[in-house]
Amino acid sequence: MAQALSPTTHEEATMSKEQATSTGQGSARTHGIDISSLDRSSEVMRLEDETLSLEVKNLKLYYGEKEALHGINMQIPQKRVTAFIGPSGCGKSTLLRCFNRMNDLVDGCRIDGQILLDGNDIYQRNVEVAELRRRVGMVFQKPNPFPKSIYENVAYGLRIQGINKKRILDETVEWSLRSAALWDEVKDRLNDSALGLSGGQQQRLVIARTVAVRPEVLLLDEPASALDPLSTLKIEELIHELKDDYTIVIVTHNMQQAARVSDYTAFMYMGDLVEFGSTNELFTNPAKKQTEDYITGRYG
Amino acid sequence: MRVSFKDWSRKGDPWIWLNAGAVAISLVMVFGLLLLIAQRGLVHFWPHALVEADYVMADGRQSTIIGEIVDSEEVSAEQLSTAGIHVPAGVEFLQRDLLKVGNRDVGGFDFRWVLDRDLPNKRYPVELMSVERREWGNFYGYLESVREAGQEVATGDLWAELQTRIARTLSIYEEIYDVEKKDIGAINHELERLRLKERGYQLRNELTEERKQSLAMQRQALDEDYAVLQTRLEQLYTEIRRDSMTARTMDGKVVDIPLAKVVRAYRPNAMALPEQIGFYFSKLAEFVGDDPREANTEGGIFPAIYGTVLMVLLMSILVTPLGVVAAVYLREYAHQGAITRLIRIAVNNLAGVPSIVYGVFGLGFFIYFIGAGVDQVFFPEALPSPTFGTPGLLWASITLAILTLPVVIVATEEGLARIPRSIREGSLALGATKAETLWRVVLPMASPAIMTGMILAIARAAGEVAPLMLVGVVKLAPSLPLDMNYPYLHLDQKFMHLGFHIYDVGFQSPNVEAARPLVYATSLLLVLVIALLNLSAVAIRNRLREKYKALEM
Repeated sequence: MAQALSPTTHEEATMSKEQATSTGQGSARTHGIDISSLDRSSEVMRLEDETLSLEVKNLKLYYGEKEALHGINMQIPQKRVTAFIGPSGCGKSTLLRCFNRMNDLVDGCRIDGQILLDGNDIYQRNVEVAELRRRVGMVFQKPNPFPKSIYENVAYGLRIQGINKKRILDETVEWSLRSAALWDEVKDRLNDSALGLSGGQQQRLVIARTVAVRPEVLLLDEPASALDPLSTLKIEELIHELKDDYTIVIVTHNMQQAARVSDYTAFMYMGDLVEFGSTNELFTNPAKKQTEDYITGRYG
Repeated sequence: MRVSFKDWSRKGDPWIWLNAGAVAISLVMVFGLLLLIAQRGLVHFWPHALVEADYVMADGRQSTIIGEIVDSEEVSAEQLSTAGIHVPAGVEFLQRDLLKVGNRDVGGFDFRWVLDRDLPNKRYPVELMSVERREWGNFYGYLESVREAGQEVATGDLWAELQTRIARTLSIYEEIYDVEKKDIGAINHELERLRLKERGYQLRNELTEERKQSLAMQRQALDEDYAVLQTRLEQLYTEIRRDSMTARTMDGKVVDIPLAKVVRAYRPNAMALPEQIGFYFSKLAEFVGDDPREANTEGGIFPAIYGTVLMVLLMSILVTPLGVVAAVYLREYAHQGAITRLIRIAVNNLAGVPSIVYGVFGLGFFIYFIGAGVDQVFFPEALPSPTFGTPGLLWASITLAILTLPVVIVATEEGLARIPRSIREGSLALGATKAETLWRVVLPMASPAIMTGMILAIARAAGEVAPLMLVGVVKLAPSLPLDMNYPYLHLDQKFMHLGFHIYDVGFQSPNVEAARPLVYATSLLLVLVIALLNLSAVAIRNRLREKYKALEM
């Protein structure tokens, strides 16, 4: 278990390199290493004290005849980072994609049960899906910028909403790129193609694009799995900064990442929610044997 | 070092050789074809030497023959003997020449086959003259005199005098052409519109006295303009008829040729190389830029180029939106079930329907059904002469658009299928609807594929002839379908087309020998036009590709 919690020397090396390369804000960087170093092992996080953002009630999901999620119950607190971990194919991405109804696009996919966003069922008939997706933004595993300029990528969501005033667009683009910690890198080439950015920059651009429409919830589906360690760190820092304003749900394969960035963690296995609790508790003192086996690397 | 065959073939070398061989054969065939038509077609414009020779006829009589040697071939002695021509023993082959003797008005034939042995004493006199005329084909012979109003003009240099007078006649000819085609053409067009307007009022019972008067006034104004032009025209005609020349043919006859009928006169045997090259390019320019003469066997093919390009452009404008919309529906909206599959198979099979069938469909459905209906509703004043109820540019373009629709649909569908799902999801996740995603992201990214479909459509449509013969192409169109007369683009007019022109010149012409080089030259031009259309589409596609180049995913 200690293995899962403390960083390897390699990560320390990366971290210090990262700090060395970035100037000016080095001292502010304390997260993303170790739970104990985050000064929050003393802070007791209890779900009962949180305001809820999303609530999943007995959610079952079927792909055709096959049941992929077997009655999930879960409560996701507001302005916290919730991580979903579990082996491949356990249904964590599927569950995540239920929150903005991305699964609607899959043929033969249907659900049973309820998902409440601020108390309202998002699967009700009168819910407008486009409006829901505006409130629940999503960032995918691989960066997927549009083949447009950096500026147009970020402005896309606004243009969709019919906002075309240059002043508003300019402000929002700058603000979004700043919140995605990308502004300094791209401010001189906003009209260049977004495809010319590196993978990590592209992923931050996608986050900026998502943030630009000011969603309430940010869904991150393995946002760093296609990136190198340095870019991963930047994304993790970003998550930490964004959680002041957004409810963040992140799916990750990397348990250390889950431990680093999240406040709450859900462990899923074979379409079931095995354990859900504060990250500290789940990683230091898992209630279920299965969880312990997984986080200590005994299977999965 | 010996390598066994087994080893050699296991390494895959035979496949490389096989593939390379196939590519090489294809390339050789394509370039061979181009070279053949280029060589056959382009040589035609070169000023061929004029030969004068004694001609010994079969009965021993002698005469002189003048002409261009166009072709020659070896004929077996046996074949000649059976035709009743005496061939000395021991000779197996004799050479036979095809002579273009011209002077169709005098001799009746343009071309003659003669045995080379019957042409002793070949010579190339510098004074021999070739005259291109607006009727009766070329004239070959010796210049005798230049005349003004029937009176011989006494001058030292006859040839120079002739050239200056031809230049003068040509400039008058051009003026007459301008007046007749442009000015009088425009007046006629206006008069016809007035007539239709009046008829329209009549049909609707709206022809008040007031309107009658205003129409009459307009008509009178036009008539006055016309009278002015008519006087001018008569004057020009008198002027152009002023000069003529006399020339002696090969059998000694002296012929009078009015200069008004002369396009150009030249002495090929006297030309030096630079002159020949200049002559060649002026002929080439005439071919590309002028109207046809003499049942299309002489002159240029400009109207055919114009018609082909305009028709293909109209076709592209029609087919692209239709094909894209259909493909978007099939790929993005339709439920991917048995019916969609069936439709897709049907669309693919449509591409295999013989084009003449589309022509019949176009004639039966578009022209006789829709066109006739359009005439009833919108052009009743012109009836009983049809406006759109007859073959024309619009129907030809639409028929070809239907013909090429499957190509565009298939290419677009493939382009849509290639766009990564993640891009669509990215757009949807930002709150875009499916339609917004399509418009803003998917279709722009699919535009290179759409262009590919258009390129294939252009390639197919530009080369199509069979359906066009039914829906709008004619041998000779009196005016261009896009001109300066309102409404400028005449969709109801018939037009000329390079492909049909080849067929017409090659197989419907009264003078096949004269037309043959033109068939090759026109073919070459058709290939060039299609290549040009395609290359411009390819250039656009490549720019789009660069813009939306596939994401590295």
